[in-house]
Parts: sequence; C-alpha cells; structure tokens
Amino acid sequence: MFADHLLTVSIWLPILGGILVLLLGSDERKPLVRQLSLGVAVLTFLVTVPLWTGFDRGTAAMQFVEQADWIRPLHIQYFLGVDGFSMPLILLTSFITILVVIAGWRVIRDHLASYMAAFLIMEGLMIGVFAALDAILFYVFWEATLLPMYLIIGIWGGDNRVYAAIKFFLYTLLGSLLMLVAMIYLYYQAGHSFSILDFHAARIGETAQILLFLAFFAAFAVKIPMWPVHTWLPDAHVQAPTGGSVILAAIMLKMGGYGFLRFNLPILPDASHALAGFMIALSLIAVVYIAFVALVQTDMKKLIAYSSISHMGFVTLGFFLFNQQGIEGGMVQMISHGFVSGAMFLCVGVLYDRMHTREISAYGGVGHTMPLFAAFMMLFTMANTGLPGTSGFVGELLVILGAFKTNLWLAVIAATTLVFGAAYSLWLYKRVIFGPVVNENVKKLTDISRREALFLGLLAVFVLGIGLYPGPLLDVMHASIDNLVAQTSLSKL
Amino acid sequence: MEFQIPDFAPAYPEIFLLCMAGAVLLLDLFLGKRFRNLAYGLSIASLLATIAMIIGSSQQATTFNGMFLRDLMGDILKIAVMLFTIMVFIYSRIYQQDRHIFKGEYFVLALTAVLGMMVMISAGNMLLLYLGLELLSLSLYSLIAMRRDSLHATEAAMKYFILGALASGILLYGMSMIYVTTGTLDLAQIHAAIRTGDSANLVLSLGLVFVVVAIGFKLGAVPFHMWVPDVYQGSPTSVTLFLGSAPKLAAFAMLMRLLVGGLENMSGQWQQMLIILALFSIGFGNIVAIAQTNMKRMLAYSAISHVGFFLLGVLSATPDGYAASMFYILVYGFMTLGSFGMILLLSNKDSESDMIANFKGMFSAHPLYALVMTLLMVSMAGIPPLIGFNAKLAVINALVESRLYWVAVVAVLFSVVGAFYYLRIVKFMYFDQPGEAIRLNGGMEMHTLLTINALALILGLPWIGWLIRICNSALAQLS
Repeated sequence: MFADHLLTVSIWLPILGGILVLLLGSDERKPLVRQLSLGVAVLTFLVTVPLWTGFDRGTAAMQFVEQADWIRPLHIQYFLGVDGFSMPLILLTSFITILVVIAGWRVIRDHLASYMAAFLIMEGLMIGVFAALDAILFYVFWEATLLPMYLIIGIWGGDNRVYAAIKFFLYTLLGSLLMLVAMIYLYYQAGHSFSILDFHAARIGETAQILLFLAFFAAFAVKIPMWPVHTWLPDAHVQAPTGGSVILAAIMLKMGGYGFLRFNLPILPDASHALAGFMIALSLIAVVYIAFVALVQTDMKKLIAYSSISHMGFVTLGFFLFNQQGIEGGMVQMISHGFVSGAMFLCVGVLYDRMHTREISAYGGVGHTMPLFAAFMMLFTMANTGLPGTSGFVGELLVILGAFKTNLWLAVIAATTLVFGAAYSLWLYKRVIFGPVVNENVKKLTDISRREALFLGLLAVFVLGIGLYPGPLLDVMHASIDNLVAQTSLSKL
Repeated sequence: MEFQIPDFAPAYPEIFLLCMAGAVLLLDLFLGKRFRNLAYGLSIASLLATIAMIIGSSQQATTFNGMFLRDLMGDILKIAVMLFTIMVFIYSRIYQQDRHIFKGEYFVLALTAVLGMMVMISAGNMLLLYLGLELLSLSLYSLIAMRRDSLHATEAAMKYFILGALASGILLYGMSMIYVTTGTLDLAQIHAAIRTGDSANLVLSLGLVFVVVAIGFKLGAVPFHMWVPDVYQGSPTSVTLFLGSAPKLAAFAMLMRLLVGGLENMSGQWQQMLIILALFSIGFGNIVAIAQTNMKRMLAYSAISHVGFFLLGVLSATPDGYAASMFYILVYGFMTLGSFGMILLLSNKDSESDMIANFKGMFSAHPLYALVMTLLMVSMAGIPPLIGFNAKLAVINALVESRLYWVAVVAVLFSVVGAFYYLRIVKFMYFDQPGEAIRLNGGMEMHTLLTINALALILGLPWIGWLIRICNSALAQLS
C-alpha cells in the first residue's frame, strides 16, 4: 500500500504537514513549530530515500508510476512517475528543505509558523513538479509554487521586497502562460491526452514544432533563467530571506532545466536541432557575459545570483549539444549547483545574521574571527569555481567534453568559465575572509554555532561526495540519458 | 382553434416561488418590524424548498405551447441562482441591519428577481425571455434604490435604469427584425426557419446585431460596459453582491437560448461579433482595473474582464465551449460572492470599508481572513491550483479545439495583467502594516459560510471533473 504510493506520500506529506504547522503554530509556541517542521521535513526525506534505493538503474521507463483519473471530461489525470532525471531532483528537494528548516530555526522571529508552512508546502509542490507525468498536473504544481515564494519574499524579505516579489511573480507567470496554450495544442496532437509520455510519441509538423518550442522556451528560459530574461533573479535573490534564496537557487531554477529535458528535447526534436545554435549562443552569453557582471557586484547575494545564472548557462549548453556527455554534464551540474549554491547562500546568511549587511566592503578579515566558517566557505567557493574533487568539477568537465565533440571553439569559450568563475569566486572570498580585520563589527563576530556547522557540514559531505565519486549519481541517470539522446536523434516530421 | 389547458407541472417551482414572494410581502405588511428575522428565514426556506422541487421534478419538458422549457441546463442554472441568492441573504444580513434597509421589500424584490431569472432561463419564446428580463431588471433597479438617503445609490439606480431601458429597447427592436424575417417568436421555430431558409438575409443579420448589442449591455461587455463600475460602486454592497453573481447566470441562459437555441445557424456571424466584445472586455477590464483604489470598482472592472473570458467559450461555438462557459460562469459567480462577502465582512455601521487600502495589514490582524481573501483573489486571477484556473483551462481548451489559437494566446496574456491587480490585494494584506484596527462585521453563520466559500475553491479540486461532466451533459441536451 505505502510502497505503491511513494510519490503521492512524498508530495502530500509535506503539504499536509505544512497545513498542520499553520494550524497549530503561533508565535508563542515557537519550539513546537520548529520541531514539528523539522519532523515533517526529515520524514519526507526518509520517504523519498526508497526512490533512490528501489530505483531500477537499467531502464529508462517511468518508475513508481501512479495513475488515476482527475478531470475525466478533459482527460486530465493524476499521473505520477519518475525516471533518471526527476528522481535525483526529488531527493535534492527533500534534502535541501531540511537545511532550510534548520537555517530558519532562530533567525525568523515573526510569523514563524507561516514561514515554515510556506517552505513545507512548497517542498510538496516542487516534488509534484518533478513527479508529474500529466502536463496539466505539471502545470498546476509549477504555477502553485509561485504563491508561497511570492509570500516568502514579500513577508520576510529585505527592504525592497515588494518590488522583487511582484517582479518574480509576474515574470514567471508571463513565461509559463504560453506553455499552457502549447500543452493544450499538444493535447489535440496526441489524440486527446495530456500524458507527457503521449506527447513524446506525437507527430508534429515543422512550423508547429518551432512555435511550441518557443512557447515552452518562454516558460523554462525565464525559470532557469537564461540571458536576457534573467533580470528577475538577482532582485528576487537579494530581497528573499536566506531560506528563500536557497530554495530558489537550489531547486526552483532546476525546474526550468528539468522542463527542457522533459518537454523541449523529446517532444520537439526537430525544433530543438533547428534552434540549437540559438540556444547555445544564449547559453554562452550567460556563461561569459554574466560572469563578468558577477565580477563587479558589491552585494554578496547579487554576486552569487549572477554566478547561478552563469552556471545554469552551462546546463543549457550541455543539453543542446545532444550528446551523452553534454546532457549528463548538464544534469550533474544541476544537482551539484543545488548543493553549492545552497551552501553559498547559507554562508551569506550566516554572515548576514551577524552583521545585517550583504555589502562586501563591510567585511574583511572574517577568517581571523570565524576560522571554522572560513574553512567551510573555502570548500564551497572552490566547488563554485569547479575545482577537481568537488561536485562542481564533474558537471563542467562533462559539458566541456561534450562541447569538444561538437565544436572546438565552443569548448574553448565554455572553458573560459573556469577562469572567470575562479576570478569572481576567489576574489569574493579574498575580500570577505582574508586581510586584516577591517572594523569593530567584524572583530566582534563569533564563529558558527553547532546548528550552522550541521547544515554546512551536511552540504560539504555531498559536495565532496559527488566530486570524488560521482559513479552512483551517473548510474542512476544513464539509461534515461541514452533514451533521451535516441529520442532527440529521431525526426518527428 | 381548440383551447387546451397547458400542463402546469414543469412550472411548479416558479409558481411556488411567486406564491412565497407574495406571502413574504403580505406577512411583512401585517407583522412589520418584529417579523424581519422571520422574513429572512422564510425567504431562505422558500428558496431551499424551490431547489428541492426542481431536483425532485428534474425532467426535459416543453409546455405552454413551447413558451416554457425545462431541461438540465435550466435546472442547474436555477439551482445555482437560488444557492447564490441564499448566500447573498446570509452575507448581507448584518450589513442591511446596520443601514436600516433590512426590510421585507428587500426579500420580496430579491425573490421576484430570482423569479425573473428563472423565467429567463426557461424561456422558449422571445417574448417570455423579454418578460423575465424585465422582471429581473425592475427588481434590481428598486433594490439599488432602496437606500433612499444615499446619493450614490440613487445615481446608480438612475443610471442603471436608463441604460437598462435603452438596452431593452434595442433587444426588442432586434427581436422584431427576427420576427419579420422568420414570422415567429418561438425560438425552436426560428431555429428551423433559419436552417431551411436564407441565413444571409440582411434584416435578419441586423436583428442579430441588435440582439448581441443588447446582450452586451446586460452582461456589461466592452463597449457597452459604461454602467458597470458606477452601478457596482454606487449600490449598497449587499445589492452589488447580488447584482454581480446570480444575474450573470441568467444572462448566460439568455445567450444560450437566443444564440444557440434560436440563431445557431448564424454562428459564423455572431462568432465574429463576440470575438470583438470578448477581447476588448478582457483587455480593457484588466487594464483599467489596475488603476482602481476602490475595491468595488476594481471588482466591477474585473467583472468586465471575466465576462469577456466567459464569452470566449461561447464564441468557440461547440457544445464543449458552451459547457466550458457555463462552468466558468458558475465558478465566477461563486468567487464573486466570496469577494464581495469580504467587503461586507470589513464594513461596519460607520464605514463602507470598500477601499483597497482597507485590506492593509490583514495578515497581522486576521490571518484566517487574509488567507480566505488570498484564495479568492488567486482564484479570480486564474492561477493554479485554485478552481478559477480550471475554469480558464476549460475555456482555453475549447478555443484551441476550435482552432482559434490567436484568441487563446491574447486572452492568456491578459491574464498576467489581471494577476497584477489581484496580487496587489495580497500584497496589501501580507506585506503592509495595518493602518487602523480592522474590525470584522457579520454573524457566525456568515463567517462560517465565507470561509467555506473560499476553501471550496481549493478543496473542491478532486470533484472538478464531475462538475464539468454535468455541464457537458446539460449542453449536449441543448444542441
């Protein structure tokens, strides 16, 4: 019974848990709220672990499938299942949520129950996005994540939070509405079915493919985000509370990347090939130009936000090379970036909670007063630059390898990111951690607490783990990637 | 010609309601003030009894020589009209008492308005349709003017009366042209006459234009929307609540009876007209709503845009499209009731509290009602997972099926504009600090019903398919 509904449980457990937290919680009962939220988050993670252990690595078919009618007159189903792409992302989601709950433990003072509930509900919705195999179900989960995030940025955010929250909402809504029309068009092409698997099999003409591609592109490019539709992200990141930034960078951006893998590449292979040059060009602009933009930032969160955009450029670059290494590299990069960017935002959060400023110039010599923190941040900074031995290296190496197969110059331009990435990451680290202690505030800093050491330590384990031994992660994705490469090479015309 | 007594049975619910309206009027006259709460209870009870009669006698029938129709679509719409009216009564009780307009006339006029709507919904003949429409309109004019000491209400009633009378005139003129070409007022016979005859007849086309214009007036579609914001704002909120919900269902029935029941074979012509009405309504309504500071006015412009969206389903000219429209208008009415209910909840003896700024800081003061309002607004904006999204989805689905892709894309893009002003309310409630203390009005029964109203928009999701299926089978019967 339970084993057959693993995905349902992992979607609805955090949502119902979040509602429970909302009902029981008040600002007078903070310990209860904290423990209950942590309990729900940990329990959800434990529920998702069997997805990994029970996963059949030899097949690209959907696993843990659940199928039931939802809106029968429109043939909309409650259809769930995972493959090698979505399963790792679900685990990433359930893991990162635990860290977010711990990170908000003492920091959030007002409306704690609503804060925790918003994150737990969002966890369930994001797992739903990755698990949904019915297009409308996917769309419902996809859009439903906007509202909790809007409230998180708007209620617990920084000074300019209202602007950032509305911009975030409208930008992503505008992008995804065209996707809805595209899905309904595909419904008729696939013989009155909203099943994504039926979409994969539908035959679609050339013009229609291009238009559909652009409709899906509008949704996913805004979400991931690609240059030039990335401008909502720095605003949202800077204004969001630490937990919000972590979820945004670590998981919500991945929804865009996942969308390309689930919709654009397999459903519209001909359009994908036709527009590959365009996609690669945009990706390279993100990789190179956004890296320069990151270099000149004076706000730590903004710098990491731009670094995220640059790294996601690598992901889309990998996907549109249509070869094994490229797609594999893009996927690994997504997972790795989930850990690394989450860690970087948590590091900034640790500093911000003590100093209440994100300006780089307010820091300097933090290494003297917070040695343990400096060590953790060193590791994550290195992972952000893609140092061998960290998770950041594996994805970038694979994508560059894939690019070599296609075009030498492509690989050369992509590889420059290793230099620029190192430049802005290390320079940030140097300005914040090294040098003499610049002011009284830095002098008074205390090193990280056990709670903070816990979440940074957990992340460090994964960053090093994937970097040193990526085999298990690659195994899981292998069959699905082979299948996708085969799908993209078959014309649908 | 032999005289036959027609079969009265299909019309028993209407006859019963008419008797009850008379009874409430008489009792109020003799018992006066002490009776008010009884009139309240009796009105709700008679509506419930009428609903039970409709459910009990659900059938497909034609009587009074084709004047009066009973079908599934009509039954569902009537039940919804009465349920909405019951909700109106419950939401507005305290508000009416505070303003000394909690009078017998209020209930009698509302009941006759319901009767008018039921007649419209059941009309199989253009004259009967007109009769129902006038009964509804006259009751509404008087309801709006009930607050005699309010300048705004009087102005709104005047405006609504003059423009409403003009629209009625236009409708009659259009009907007369249709009568001239087809020689009958019976909608089924008109349908037959146009199918066999010449649908490109100029007089007939002109008649269609007049009919569509009149419907546009009654629905408040651009460019015939001028009265909507002023009437919504000027009326007492308890009447706006009524005006904005139930009559939309009757207008849908009127549209179905006239355009589909009578003029279906001219769909190529009315489709073009409705596309213009619909897209202008969606665009204009959504854009102008952004600039509003008054909540009732904002909801009026939002109503204009929703009317546009609901016309999109009709203009796809397929049974699925009509069903989508019906589903849309049912959901819309339900959301409107909740939204105006929230304004009533905030109002008190001294203040109408109908400014958007009145919602400031709701989250800190009353988190439950902040959530209720958020659910209502997000559903109005058509953002998943709320039911408002499923309604929009059904309409867009019908458009794509009819290959009106560009219409679907334009409609969908304006949803983003719409999302902006609905989210602004959420912003006021969650991100701003309260200006002054927020007091909640209304009794226990209203608070419970309002909460259920909003929660149903999300908890009802598993049963959406069932509701759409009912709409589908209702409209399949029609054509």
